[in-house]
Amino acid sequence: MTATTISPVKTTESALSVRHLWKIFGTKADKIIGSPDADLSRQELQAKTGCVMAVKDVSFDVAPGEVFVVMGLSGSGKSTLVRLLTRLIEPTAGQVIMGGSEITAASESELRELRRHHVAMVFQHFGLLPHRKVIDNIAYGLEVRGEGKTERRQRAQEMVDLVGLEGYEESYPDQLSGGMQQRVGLARALAVDPDVLMFDEPFSALDPLIRRDMQNEVIRLHEEVGKTMVFITHDLSEALKLGDRILIMRDGEIVQIGTPDEVVAVPADDYVRDFVSEVPRSHVLTLRWVVREPRPGEPVDGPVMQAGVIVKDAARAVLEAEQPVRVYDGDRFLGVVDDEDILRVVVAEEDEQPEPEPQP
Amino acid sequence: MGRHRSGPVRLAALAVLAGLALAGCGGGDIESAPTGGGGGEECGEFDIAINPWVGYEASAHVVGYVASSRLGCDVEYKNVKEEVAWQGMGNDEIDVVIENWGHDDLKKKYIEDQGIAQEAGSTGNVGIIGWYVPPWMAEEYPDITDWKNLNKYADMFQTSESGDKGQLLDGDPSFVTNDEALVKNLDLNYEVVYAGSEAALIQAFRQAEANKEPLIGYFYEPQWFMAEVPLVKVDLPPYKPGCDADPEKVACDYPEYDLDKIVATDFAKSGSPAYDLVKNFQWTNDDQNVVAKYIAADGMDPEEAAEKWVEANQDKVDAWLK
Amino acid sequence: MSVLDRPRVEEPVPEVGAPPRLKRGWAVGATIFVWLGGWALLRGTATLELGGAELTGFHQWLNGVRDDFDAARDTSFFFQYVIGGISTAIDTVVTFFQELLSQPAFPRPVPEIGWLGVVALLTWLAYALAAWRSALLVFVSLLLFGSLGYWTDSIDLLIVTAVAVAICVVIGLPTGIWMARSKRATAALTPVLDLMQTMPAFAYLAPLALFFGIGPASAVVTTLIYALPPLVRITAHGIRTVAPTTLEASRSLGTTDVQALRKVQLPMAKRTIIVGVNQCMMAALSMATIAALINGPGLGQPVAQALQSLDIGSAFVSGIAIVIMAIMLDRTTTAASQRAEKEARAGRAGGRRRWVVLGAGGAVALVLVYVSRTYLWAAEFPERPDLGTPLSDGVTQLTDWLVTTLENVTNSLKDLVTYALINPLESLLADTPWWLMGLVILAFAYLLGGWRPTAISAVCLLVILGTGLWNETMKTLTTTLVATLIVILSALVVGVWMGRNHRADTAIRPLLDALQTIPPFVYLVPALALFSTSRFTAIVAAVAYGVPIATKLIADGIRGVSPTSVEAARAAGTTAWQMISKVQLPMARAAVVLASNQGLLYVLSMVVIGGLVGGGGLGYLVVAGFSQAQLFGKGLAAGIAITALGIMLDRIAQYAAARYGRA
Repeated sequence: MTATTISPVKTTESALSVRHLWKIFGTKADKIIGSPDADLSRQELQAKTGCVMAVKDVSFDVAPGEVFVVMGLSGSGKSTLVRLLTRLIEPTAGQVIMGGSEITAASESELRELRRHHVAMVFQHFGLLPHRKVIDNIAYGLEVRGEGKTERRQRAQEMVDLVGLEGYEESYPDQLSGGMQQRVGLARALAVDPDVLMFDEPFSALDPLIRRDMQNEVIRLHEEVGKTMVFITHDLSEALKLGDRILIMRDGEIVQIGTPDEVVAVPADDYVRDFVSEVPRSHVLTLRWVVREPRPGEPVDGPVMQAGVIVKDAARAVLEAEQPVRVYDGDRFLGVVDDEDILRVVVAEEDEQPEPEPQP
Repeated sequence: MGRHRSGPVRLAALAVLAGLALAGCGGGDIESAPTGGGGGEECGEFDIAINPWVGYEASAHVVGYVASSRLGCDVEYKNVKEEVAWQGMGNDEIDVVIENWGHDDLKKKYIEDQGIAQEAGSTGNVGIIGWYVPPWMAEEYPDITDWKNLNKYADMFQTSESGDKGQLLDGDPSFVTNDEALVKNLDLNYEVVYAGSEAALIQAFRQAEANKEPLIGYFYEPQWFMAEVPLVKVDLPPYKPGCDADPEKVACDYPEYDLDKIVATDFAKSGSPAYDLVKNFQWTNDDQNVVAKYIAADGMDPEEAAEKWVEANQDKVDAWLK
Repeated sequence: MSVLDRPRVEEPVPEVGAPPRLKRGWAVGATIFVWLGGWALLRGTATLELGGAELTGFHQWLNGVRDDFDAARDTSFFFQYVIGGISTAIDTVVTFFQELLSQPAFPRPVPEIGWLGVVALLTWLAYALAAWRSALLVFVSLLLFGSLGYWTDSIDLLIVTAVAVAICVVIGLPTGIWMARSKRATAALTPVLDLMQTMPAFAYLAPLALFFGIGPASAVVTTLIYALPPLVRITAHGIRTVAPTTLEASRSLGTTDVQALRKVQLPMAKRTIIVGVNQCMMAALSMATIAALINGPGLGQPVAQALQSLDIGSAFVSGIAIVIMAIMLDRTTTAASQRAEKEARAGRAGGRRRWVVLGAGGAVALVLVYVSRTYLWAAEFPERPDLGTPLSDGVTQLTDWLVTTLENVTNSLKDLVTYALINPLESLLADTPWWLMGLVILAFAYLLGGWRPTAISAVCLLVILGTGLWNETMKTLTTTLVATLIVILSALVVGVWMGRNHRADTAIRPLLDALQTIPPFVYLVPALALFSTSRFTAIVAAVAYGVPIATKLIADGIRGVSPTSVEAARAAGTTAWQMISKVQLPMARAAVVLASNQGLLYVLSMVVIGGLVGGGGLGYLVVAGFSQAQLFGKGLAAGIAITALGIMLDRIAQYAAARYGRA
């Protein structure tokens, strides 16, 4: 596990808090935890016991309003993880605390209450009801929690407007394109006004162009409604684009948790390094990651920039400046950045990136 | 629930049906009185079992025709085999078995033990069961009619079904038969093969006579077919009372059956005029053969065949209705 | 007619450590060698043959049980009130509809509603539930029933089928739902459903008549036993296969189980469930002829009677009427479900015009109902035009001509197959000592399918031993194997032809469809006429029943071979024969295996029916047990043996198919 995390979150204010969560599929799975078998690799464990380790001792916190992305390749356990959070799959061990209540200890009816009011999910394959119209699909969550027809219709109509489905209320799901269907899925989740929204690879079944639209839609919605979001994806660029923080999983274990620039700048191991190697670093890294101590005799009266500015955005200003740019984190002076520092990021990337960076 | 809109259509359909059902209970303009007239008492429903041979059908339909045309009964024919017919007397399903061949086991069970059935006298028909050969064989091989010589001719009766033994053709599996035991106990080199029905037996004998092919099989009288092809009976060791007591050890000929009528006890007690008709019903083997021939050979509808015979034999019918 | 229609839930996986091919070849050779050797040396010993009238203790015990029930009929509360109540209820409903629609409502000489009213009503109903196309189909079908001469029998059959299917739905839907939701229920009910479908109806026909009486109630219950399993299975399957994502999405919103069932599973499984109802209806129709043997009302009666009197014309005509009924019910229910779907989609489909037509049609129907209650000509179906008699006469003449013309051919064909195939095989199976034969069967089960089917076979063989009918079972196995062999060979030839030739397919397929719908009883009659009673006749009937399904499967399999592979092979200069033998058949192997499997099961389901035409073995015993009181126990035991044999062959075939069917 990585030590480079700079966690802005404290447990007490978390919207979602996960502690030592395990999921092992197979009979007598609970016996494995705490035994030496738990340290075996996934393959070894399966060969030895027939059990499959899906999620292994995962802990993390999500702050209110944060977009928390869980990323990993298929089979990494990320989809299982998100289902453990609302016990769509029963965890083998561990704790999940959401909005102060412990989900892992909830009774069947408490759990149902929670799902009806506090958390909603968007699915990869939409999971729409083919026999219902769009508007009734959106109202479904309200219907099952027993709201009256007029209220739920009204609320559903608001959601239709929010996600841009006007004019399609009376259609059936199979009459819509994939992107439109996922808007229905999104509206259905939003309709119950949950505290936490979960996305299980919601856009991976969509065309790239539509995927980009939908990602922007999520960003817009997040700005508008400000929900806490847990977002599962296998697409690193999606993770970097949406995530306030990213959790990278492999074989059921956490490899790294960090902000996008942290993940790119200091990959926890070769696995992550390999992952981020093709990322245009200048698009992700901030000045914080290129700043250095002023060299002796170097002028320190250049223009001032904040540490959170992304390299790409700072490049022109730095290159045009006569003096090295001074970088501040708020009021604190961190150091300087000059042309060469910027070019190192941009050029290093050019080796792999065919498209040329704009030159001054 | 998001019901679709076809509801009203369906409801309307159901409502109309239900309405009709109710309307159906009111009277109609079609003549309600039963055809014919006659009998004083109310007859009501009269259920006759139909067992699977034409002679039986002839008797049943003659009685049934008289009951419905003279007594105004609502006659129902029920196609069942013997055993099931006897069972049915227990729950008012069957009123009469018009031609019963022995069946001492059933008599014990349903008449003596359960008391749901009772005898209603002879039909006047004499039943003979036995092994028969087509006439051309009896002519060509005169000694074939003695069972002791059967093994001598076994080879001639070989078929692909009986393998290296001679074939003995039997009828419907429900017919009274001891043939498998007979073959075994008389040490005959034969194999019983079932033709499956009376019609199949007749077909086989007809063909055998026409083509001069060897055939030996189970057959019985009264039987209209005897008039077409007079089959010759093979003599088995003579019947002595009791020699057929154990079905596994039988080694003697079939008895001569006094064919009788069996009625449900409830029916007998009901006072239905149909019961008196059944009790009085009696006719000869020739009478039955005439009607059976109408049905089987001339292809007449059984009810029409019965009508034809009844029209021609009013005196006999009147005697049953006295 | 058996376990075939059920969706296979668990795919048997080829077991690890299956013997490699070469070794298996040796093992098969060795088994056959031992078998032949044992047969040559020990032939005729320990064959467990049982004489026709001989009964074992088990048979007598079954007889005793039957007698006890018989005796308890009038005294026991259960029989008098529970069974009696059920049977009275069914009888009342059926009789009510009969007097309304088909049978004279005493003292009226005709039913309450005459034929004209019935035609008008049912046509209107078809229009209301489906569309004008179905209405037209119903209209024409009903007129055909009448002019074929089977008006009353047809409407009777319609009533019995409707009542049986209604009860099936009432029982089957909840049961199916329960099975879909509970693994334990599935485990408990699956063998019961298997038994209901494999146990030959003949074996329980007589006791049913004992409890439920002769007539409608027994007919309905018999039909129920056979028609219920497909509905339950398909319902459970439909609910189980509702897209898990959708169900999960629904759960994530906090649905209760009941909500999930009502709002997600049932609506989404609706189409599958309707298929189940449809299958149930077809199964119910196929029982019509059997139910006729205990005087079940309907079209089965003339068929059964025609079999009795070898009246091939009537058998054909009444068989045609059953086929028409099957087509009518099948198409109309399908159309009705499609309309419901479409209507749900488009809101008020058809709009105002449809309502006007419906209203007007309803009014006309009511008028016609009134007319049919008033005038005799509208009450009794007119005798003219009479299509039935000329058709029946034509068929009879044609068959007579065929029989006389082909007599030599048919007889030599029969003798050839009997002497060359049936007799030697029967001797091999039935004359080998039982213990050796049992071991040989187990060895084949192991070599074909591995350990699991071997264990199942061992249990089944023990059951067969217990019934005391080992020898008869081996005889039945003989005819089953021969018939299956013929089915596979003919299906291969015709199926490959159909698969490669579109025109052949278009020409042959409707014929196969018709063959599948005709009740098996119907082709017993021509088979009898052509071959008289013999095991070969039974085999012919079984083949006629098994060939359509197997042929269609193979044709579809050949058609399904990837066109790219065919094209590539053609490009390489393959001849037609090479194409079949090296490309199409190997690539369609899964379909061929499945076809053999299904062919076997269809053949097996004809064992009892074959017993009616000289099939011998267990089939005859079941028929005899139904007919003769003292043979009841033996007949029931034969039914059990057939079931055991069926399950054994089914499992061996299933596991073998799983092993060899993967192309």
